[in-house]
Amino acid sequence: MKSKSTERKLTIATVVIIFAAWIAVTNIGSFSETIIPSPQSVIQAFVKIVRDGYKGNTLITHIATSMRRLIIAYALVVVTAVPLGLLSGYNSKVRAVLETIIEFYRPLPPLAYYTILVLWMGIDESSKLALLYLAGFAPIYIACVSGVMRIRADYINGAYTLGANKRQIFFYVIFPAALTDIFTGLRTALGVEYTTLVAAEMVAATAGMGWLVLDASNYLRSDIVFMGVIIMGITGILLDKIIRILENRIVHWKGKA
Amino acid sequence: MADEWKEKLYEPSGELIALNNVKYDDTLISIKDVDLAYAGVSGEDIKAIEDINFNIYRGEFVCVLGPSGCGKSTLLKILAGFIKPTSGVVELDGKKIEGTDWHRGVVFQNPPLFEWFSVRDNVAFGPKMRGIPKAEYTRLTDEYLEKVGLSDFADKKIYELSGGMKQRVSIARTLINDPEILLMDEPFGALDALTRENVQDLTRKIWWSSGKTIFFITHDVEEALLLGSRIIVLSKHPGRVIEDISVTFSREIAEGAGTDIKFTDTFYKYREKLLKLINSQ
Repeated sequence: MKSKSTERKLTIATVVIIFAAWIAVTNIGSFSETIIPSPQSVIQAFVKIVRDGYKGNTLITHIATSMRRLIIAYALVVVTAVPLGLLSGYNSKVRAVLETIIEFYRPLPPLAYYTILVLWMGIDESSKLALLYLAGFAPIYIACVSGVMRIRADYINGAYTLGANKRQIFFYVIFPAALTDIFTGLRTALGVEYTTLVAAEMVAATAGMGWLVLDASNYLRSDIVFMGVIIMGITGILLDKIIRILENRIVHWKGKA
Repeated sequence: MADEWKEKLYEPSGELIALNNVKYDDTLISIKDVDLAYAGVSGEDIKAIEDINFNIYRGEFVCVLGPSGCGKSTLLKILAGFIKPTSGVVELDGKKIEGTDWHRGVVFQNPPLFEWFSVRDNVAFGPKMRGIPKAEYTRLTDEYLEKVGLSDFADKKIYELSGGMKQRVSIARTLINDPEILLMDEPFGALDALTRENVQDLTRKIWWSSGKTIFFITHDVEEALLLGSRIIVLSKHPGRVIEDISVTFSREIAEGAGTDIKFTDTFYKYREKLLKLINSQ
């Protein structure tokens, strides 16, 4: 318990020191506001945008637009990558097909294939969702495959000797046994989708946090870029926290078995 | 072989002769000419077990002893239906064993209990999967939890149990299906001495009171002598049956002799002889 509180203090101290360094560096005045905007100007930018919005949309709209894209793409990933990943872990033939495709596109930078997606699907929402979808698919799929393949044969054999059939084993043994890995995949995928968000909002977007940051950087408004990045960071942490809470609720045996 | 042992080592009192007269002659499983070979690194066949021939009779407690790497577990896996023999046949009640089913329950060394279920749900798993009505399997679950002394732990999570308790859950969830035979693969190998004795007693009690047939793999001579009604010794690389004897220590304990029996001369002699046999491999 004691060590835990020590770590908590270290976390807080890290944040405080970074802030203090930021304040110190910017107030000495050796850097221009464009290179490192001071905390004060970032806060001012925040207040102004909360009040007046940014380029025709309120801050809430920007955040909500990005969140909508992120959540729709994420939901699509979860309902497809989890079953396909589990199936690939279970069936080597399915794996042979899917893994080839995924291993090929996974290391590609999203921007490399985004242009193709835009050509195919147009410049509006669908290509953005597709980009986020592809970004999130690979980590969840890979986590599910390894989750299933890591299951000890005894678990499956044991279930057969107890009278379970193939379908029951999938739902009562394989799926729950892979849950720890599934959640690791869910968290990684969320992170990857977040990093892809800016790329997704590069083309023909008029709202969204990624677009806001890009647009502001075109006008060298570092204060707004910083504000955008900080907001994205905080929302990212919050979303990750939600998944972690779900994980602790659902996979209550994690790390204890 | 067995008679020769009895002459030399066992000088049974009148009572022991009576015990020895309990005959196991109702064949449950017959193992005929079973070989199992697997492909080695350079492609040649490596034999794990060879020319295995014996019957398991209803009500027996068969302990299979052997040095590590003698193919004991391979034999169990064949009986369970996890793997097929390269040649030979295994029959249960005259029907060839093909694939895995609940008529042969398995207790593994590291019990693969389902951490996502409570103790109760682990025990209820078999009958639930087999479509037995809820009222019935709930009653059975309570009964078997009671049998292994875990009634108070029914709603615990698996990770809250000790190693010995986990093995009890494993035994209960296998027994609840009322399988024809219980296959136990070095189930107590990872437990400390005290816990081990505890679950050994439990296993003996279950065997004795239910008349269940048990096939038990161990590398521990004392364990085999304390539990089995019959001991089969396998040789090393490839595993062949090199000894097959009947022993009565387990039933004597079950009938009240107490585990002090292991300090008797007879027990000691059996132990020495078996140890010598295994170490000579």
